[in-house]
Amino acid sequence: MAVSVANSRVIYDALKASGVRMLSALPETWLVHLIRMAEDDAEMTLVRLAKEEEGVGISAGAHLAGVKSAMLMQNHGFLASINGIVSCAQLYRIPLLMLISHRGSFGERDPWQTEGGAVTAALLDTLRIPYESLDDPGVVARRVAQAQTLATASNKPVALLLTRDLMVEEDSGAGAKAGGR
Amino acid sequence: MTRADALRSIYPALVDRVVITIMGAVAAELQSLGHRPNFFYLQHAMGLASSMGLGVALARPELPVVVLDGDGSVLMNLGGLTTLARYRPRNLVHIVFDNESLLSVGGFPTATSTGSDLAALAAAAGVPRTVTVRSLDAFAREFDAAVAARDLTTIVAKVEAVGPSAYVTDLALLENRFQFQRYLAGRR
Repeated sequence: MAVSVANSRVIYDALKASGVRMLSALPETWLVHLIRMAEDDAEMTLVRLAKEEEGVGISAGAHLAGVKSAMLMQNHGFLASINGIVSCAQLYRIPLLMLISHRGSFGERDPWQTEGGAVTAALLDTLRIPYESLDDPGVVARRVAQAQTLATASNKPVALLLTRDLMVEEDSGAGAKAGGR
Repeated sequence: MTRADALRSIYPALVDRVVITIMGAVAAELQSLGHRPNFFYLQHAMGLASSMGLGVALARPELPVVVLDGDGSVLMNLGGLTTLARYRPRNLVHIVFDNESLLSVGGFPTATSTGSDLAALAAAAGVPRTVTVRSLDAFAREFDAAVAARDLTTIVAKVEAVGPSAYVTDLALLENRFQFQRYLAGRR
């Protein structure tokens, strides 16, 4: 398994084009290139988190201070952030853009990722957070821009699910590399 | 030292600063001294006031930011101390009112009542300046020193476990939020 550098670049460029200048992130396998791109970009403030929920507060502060931001996290990080999403971002109407790697979906080899994958979409629905899956690099730029537009117009959280098809170039099956967290 | 007296002692210095508070007694007591558009009260999301302060401080390094935190909230986001220290916003003063209890929900004792030392935790997390104060004089002095030092500082103020008679104020949450955003936009 190799994480797609090319598609990570497409996502990163789309975030930049939509005005994002601060990214808070907690690493996981699928996000490594995105985080490195943020690290290497002098125009981007990268905030490495201890736990994802912090990112909700950081994005809320950045938004009120006039800087567009986004969160990069695994779906388990989204699970860990839910109180912050509800009692900060939703309560205070923060246009929180979340890019969530959708681990535990079809093709998942890591047994420990499988429970989270099964509940992610249902929780987004329950929280009434609009979301789309990103699986085709050809539509990433448009979807990211649309997500940003909706977040801004609604003053609410919006999510993009980063799918296996987009993030992973499947190898020949020479052994599954264990994913993060 | 009461938290209300501590707030009163630094209130004149807060007038021109960006202030983010936690919920409950801190928010109500600061409002009772006089609400200002540069004050934001995070009335829920316990633990995230310091993260919001970090977001504002990183987004606007030219603005002086004060976070008014509490022991219960810091204990909910101890990892946030390491993030705060990692990015070391020099424009942020982090004040933790430590009454050793969860006052607004019945006064149950927190772990600081059995010896957990929040200033030591902040120092161990990498916050460059940390101090614990137990008197009004020391609190006001350390606040001035933190402002003068222009470096990330955590001041843990040991305060009595007393609060206001009511926590809900006339200021609507969203009114506060949009007013605060406009204030920050106006400080460009």
